[in-house]
Amino acid sequence: MSTVIKVENLSKRYRLGVINRTMLYHDIQSWWARLRGRDDPNSPLLQKNAHQHVTDDGILWALRDIDFDVKDGEVVGIIGRNGAGKSTLLKILSQITAPSSGRVLIKGRVASLLEVGTGFHPELTGRENVYLNGAILGMTKRDIDRRYDEIAAFSGVEQFLETPIKRYSSGMRVRLAFSVAAHLDPEVLIIDEVLAVGDASFQAKCIGKLGDVAREGRTVLFVSHNMAAVENLCSRGILLEDGKVVFDGTQTEAIHRYLNSCIVHQGCLRDRTDRGGNGDLRVVAIEFRNGEGKPLSTASSGQDVDICLRFENKSRKAFPKLKVQITVRNELEVPIFTQDNQITGENFGAIPESGYFICRIPRLPLPPTTYHIEFTVTEAQFGSALDKMLDAVELTVEPGDFFGSGRQPRFGKSVCLVDGSWSIEPAGAPVSV
Amino acid sequence: MSEPTPSPQNEDLSQWSLVLTPKARWFDLGLGELWRYRDLIMLFVRRDFVATYKQTILGPVWFLLQPLFTTIVFSVVFKRIAHISTDGLPVFLFYMCGIVAWSYFADCLIKTSNTFVTNAPIFGKVYFPRLAMPIATVITNLITFSIQFSFFLVFFAIYYFKGAPLHPTWRVLVTPLLLIEMAALGLGVGCLVSSVTTRYRDLAMLVVFGVQLWMYASCVAYPLSQIPREWRWVFVLNPMVPIIEAFRFAFLGSGIIEIWHLAVGCSVAAVIFVAGITMFRRMEKTFADTV
Repeated sequence: MSTVIKVENLSKRYRLGVINRTMLYHDIQSWWARLRGRDDPNSPLLQKNAHQHVTDDGILWALRDIDFDVKDGEVVGIIGRNGAGKSTLLKILSQITAPSSGRVLIKGRVASLLEVGTGFHPELTGRENVYLNGAILGMTKRDIDRRYDEIAAFSGVEQFLETPIKRYSSGMRVRLAFSVAAHLDPEVLIIDEVLAVGDASFQAKCIGKLGDVAREGRTVLFVSHNMAAVENLCSRGILLEDGKVVFDGTQTEAIHRYLNSCIVHQGCLRDRTDRGGNGDLRVVAIEFRNGEGKPLSTASSGQDVDICLRFENKSRKAFPKLKVQITVRNELEVPIFTQDNQITGENFGAIPESGYFICRIPRLPLPPTTYHIEFTVTEAQFGSALDKMLDAVELTVEPGDFFGSGRQPRFGKSVCLVDGSWSIEPAGAPVSV
Repeated sequence: MSEPTPSPQNEDLSQWSLVLTPKARWFDLGLGELWRYRDLIMLFVRRDFVATYKQTILGPVWFLLQPLFTTIVFSVVFKRIAHISTDGLPVFLFYMCGIVAWSYFADCLIKTSNTFVTNAPIFGKVYFPRLAMPIATVITNLITFSIQFSFFLVFFAIYYFKGAPLHPTWRVLVTPLLLIEMAALGLGVGCLVSSVTTRYRDLAMLVVFGVQLWMYASCVAYPLSQIPREWRWVFVLNPMVPIIEAFRFAFLGSGIIEIWHLAVGCSVAAVIFVAGITMFRRMEKTFADTV
């Protein structure tokens, strides 16, 4: 098999602060300050705890010396945490931005799907938008003419194709958009997480379609957080971390390493200084596990989740009435719930030198989004705080089957999920007087 | 697809269909690629045309009202009030000819000058030759121009048959060349501006204002004959002056136009065009990081 994508020494750097400068005035100001030997008034303020790959002169290496080859017909999953460089790699491969150094060689026609429905215009009809979107993705008018009927049939909105799409529901728009994307005919396909669209049945249809594409022997690069999809669709996995390739091999091994690295990275609190308390006891890490005790990088709604606070009791005191409290806030900083072991009436007894405080949340009642977890450890006898941290870790919740019905609810603005059941009761015969 | 994998030392890149490197090569205008995307350009033209007038009451009638009202205002302000000469030509035709030609150029310039900023959402998600956007704009404007120019010809015919002193010459045949020159100039300046505005957003404020000032320097509201002879060369450096004078000379039979005026204009336009496209091509590689 021949190589169809060759990435050589690829690097991409961003200069922090300079990116957002949009006024000529500021450039002149900086230039004038340099001329007089003063500090640049517009220089970025670098935080001390910024990422390691930001160098002193404010340069962020989004990608650093990446090398890999992709062979004809391979389906490669690219995974990594947010900020690992996945999107930057994708943007370079799809020619949206140029590398800072190094190069990429590609053989054959490339189509990249970083979004579905790019360029859709609300005033145009469904049919016109199919043509426009197809052309934007690199099809010629002839290609689209040939496949138009298939696209229309796959979208399931055939009867509305002569209606302006401003009258479509967002679901219909997404169906039409994905349908165009699914009928591209490139040799190399680059896909971002476009699967996270539409309702469950449509998602299943999309994943099925992607599987077909992969089986046809097309070369596919697939970036996703959806580990199940990566596991099923890909034959190879590349794990990125801080702009470097840290693993390149089977997808199963890549996913395994990714999940492990997530836990180590995310939950480590040992070096954090944004905490209170007297320090007699310290929480050094927070991990998440599922009901069977397996580590989780993200949780899903409806799953049993253990929030595990790893502690070190350097003072070796017994703390007979220790109170451990966690508060979960959503991304708008609204507190969703608070839990502590006193309110549930559970006493830990004598505290060992190290261990875990485990809080089990059965059937996680949270809709998908990102949550922040705050904890406080106090000695309830004297009320003195031992350790506390406001924004200790993030918990990402993904859609899950909370109601056990296999249906994805529309979450809207709801902040929590509440179980319930419905029934109907006839009002009975009218009472005659 | 069965040829062996080349060794990394082999620098023959011809077997690769796409080579992504940090910078665009100078003066590589990427025209071959644009040609492959011609269907997309025509779809953009259609989209712009349809979308602009789909939810207006008067629809394409706006195309006609714009030059009509501007012409009336100019006739009142510059002729009736300021008594500026029109070289003995019918006032209405004199202004309309200049305004229709000028507005093609001005529309090309203004609409292409914010290409990067307005299309940032699309450009950030998918690749196609970025020049497709401004070129589609120039073509869309050509349709507008044809409608407005036909409108002008209607008035022209009315005046002609009423016996006004109009002397159209065989030189009307150069109209397509003048159009190409205006398109190239508008596109060139527009591309220059849009490349710079990706970094300095405040320059966008200058564009509309600048175009307005440029119009007053371009013989739209007065003939070149009103400019003292020793200063005319300064005006000729502005490529729009010979274009508008040539339009009037070709259709109305009056205007100061010499071959060297047009030659200078064409050269300036060509230089600006190439500079604009080159800047644009270099900027498109990294603009996604700046916008």
